[in-house]
Amino acid sequence: MREVLHIDWTRCDGRGLCTELLPTLLGRDDWGYPLAMQAAGGDPSNVVIDFQHSEAAADAVKLCPKMALALAYEADQADETW
Amino acid sequence: MDNTLWALGRVSGIVSLILFTGTVVLGILTRSGRPLLSIPRYSLTLIHRNFALLATIFLALHVGTLVLDSFAKLTVADVVVPFLGSYRPFWQGLGTVAFDLVVAVVVTSLLRRRIGVRAFRAVHWFTYAMWPIALAHALGNGTDGTSKFFLMLAICSLISVGAALVWRFSTNFLETAKTRQEELQ
Amino acid sequence: MTSLAAQMPGLGDHRGLRGTYRLFAAGNNADISAHVQAFGPLPASGIEGDFIDVLESAGLTGRGGAAFASWRKIAAAGAAARSRAIMATKPVVIANGAEGEPLSFKDKTLLAHAPHVVIDGLLCAARAVAGGQMFMYVSAPSIPAVKRALAERTDARNIKIVAASETFISGEASAVVNSIANGKALPLERRRRLSDSGFKGRPTLVFNVETLAHMALIARFGAAWFRCVGTERDPGTRLLSISGPISGQILEVAGDVSLEDVLTQSGIDVSTVGALLVGGYHGRWVRRLDYRLAPTGTESHTVRPGAGVVHVLLHSQCGLEATAQIVSYLATQSAKQCGPCMFGLPAMARVMNAIAYGDRDPRLLLELVRLSDVVTGRGACHHPDGTAELVRSALDQFSEDVDAHLSGTCLKTKGRRS
Repeated sequence: MREVLHIDWTRCDGRGLCTELLPTLLGRDDWGYPLAMQAAGGDPSNVVIDFQHSEAAADAVKLCPKMALALAYEADQADETW
Repeated sequence: MDNTLWALGRVSGIVSLILFTGTVVLGILTRSGRPLLSIPRYSLTLIHRNFALLATIFLALHVGTLVLDSFAKLTVADVVVPFLGSYRPFWQGLGTVAFDLVVAVVVTSLLRRRIGVRAFRAVHWFTYAMWPIALAHALGNGTDGTSKFFLMLAICSLISVGAALVWRFSTNFLETAKTRQEELQ
Repeated sequence: MTSLAAQMPGLGDHRGLRGTYRLFAAGNNADISAHVQAFGPLPASGIEGDFIDVLESAGLTGRGGAAFASWRKIAAAGAAARSRAIMATKPVVIANGAEGEPLSFKDKTLLAHAPHVVIDGLLCAARAVAGGQMFMYVSAPSIPAVKRALAERTDARNIKIVAASETFISGEASAVVNSIANGKALPLERRRRLSDSGFKGRPTLVFNVETLAHMALIARFGAAWFRCVGTERDPGTRLLSISGPISGQILEVAGDVSLEDVLTQSGIDVSTVGALLVGGYHGRWVRRLDYRLAPTGTESHTVRPGAGVVHVLLHSQCGLEATAQIVSYLATQSAKQCGPCMFGLPAMARVMNAIAYGDRDPRLLLELVRLSDVVTGRGACHHPDGTAELVRSALDQFSEDVDAHLSGTCLKTKGRRS
């Protein structure tokens, strides 16, 4: 059960705070929205957070002006479309 | 003792006003969605928040000391209900209004994750009413309100908030979906 | 739509239910008596809890696009309802007849001609989970037939009809729930499955109308009967909307059918076919006809039926132009809730159109691949993913056309290009 930072895209407005707090995990796409920088195959909506980034991720959750972020565990994610 | 409370009440009021001015300026900068020089966005948000908390503490000190102070003759009701005061009720009432607004803004900010962004934002807009009311209260009610020093301070405050607003609206730099859409048009 | 039904083979001859001719066995515009005559009455018992086991052995998968195992959905909703400690909540069951996919018309046809089969299926699913509220979410043209059918029966009084909007994403499961609950047919951000918490927080089942129709027949004739057509990995039949050079027609085919068989059954001359778009606008282009149509299997031999769409592109038509038109449409159909979709899809459409219509910048191809990767997986629903899939398959299947276009010619429409 790895910790993941879940991005709610319906709320995200690409304000960039999370990308400043987690510069090694999140970049910004062409329009400013957070873009997971991990290798292909990862889930770009649920960015895996390792121990050393745990605190910064928690800050990102707290400081996101749109409250578009949440910390969760991988197993909790509703991966199916139903 | 009484003199100490009275002096503390006045000084904490002024300090609180300065801090609130800083909070408003930082809030406007935060809302602009731009990093300021080399300060990243999240730091700006954090500084804004810490300024606000500090300002609130000084406001509590300001109100608390004047309730305790016998000279100010401030009752507990005056703290919550505006325009009941015995000394310059209108100007003191403005202070009460500003205080109530600050309480509302601080409480909704602390409960932001509970109540959602929408309610938080709606209440937060009241800071644009709170700040000028607080300034007016200081000018009209304050013992030092008409002193040269304080008038200078008020003018500086107005200029800095005004400048922040101008900067905020100066470009369509706002990082939101709406401005990005407009750029594409 | 009646012209489509008129082309369906053998309507009127409905003795038994052999072969792949199942869902329309009661004939055109079947009323309740024709329906009962063809299929017999819906069994009164045996559709409670153990119906889930029957569905599991039947191996029915969703026919709306995601092809998820139907029994698992029902089991999850049932379990979610039972696990509620305070106040047992009855699950909500929704028949999803929103067919925003422009190339699909099998659901409308099914609702027009066999509404009772769908209603039976809805009742079966509701009984299996001891469900409460039932909805039929159907597009406006389907409403009269569904209303008429509901009025003909006494066991369907609890079913409420809700008009579906006509947007591409209106049929996405969470958009369906959102539309019924709040009148907004927009996908929802979901941290929990709808079967746990959907309509007003209740366990919610959203089934495509064709899936429900199969359920109604499985309830009557059993899992073994369902499996006697199709294969192990794709049992039963499925409806296909066939379009392209011929006017649209509906086919009911066996699971795991080959594309060549589909074309033959549709009366399409295989030699004229340049490529097929399978699954719909969120589907995949294929040029070989020996692919089999099944929800699982290797990409090199199977193609997922998605919403049951097979669209024919003739040799004379340019696949890049066709794809550009589709991507342009899909870009307009973004719900504009999620940034990467709101901005990424129009960007993809611009590049796709540039490649299709004469821009010769060699960097366009890489840019399109990059944009497809950027949008994938970054939305509340799968609209960006499906669009990216379509573009990737077009670049893969029409790679020679891309080369030709980028050097100023077109393999298909030579005369028309500047």
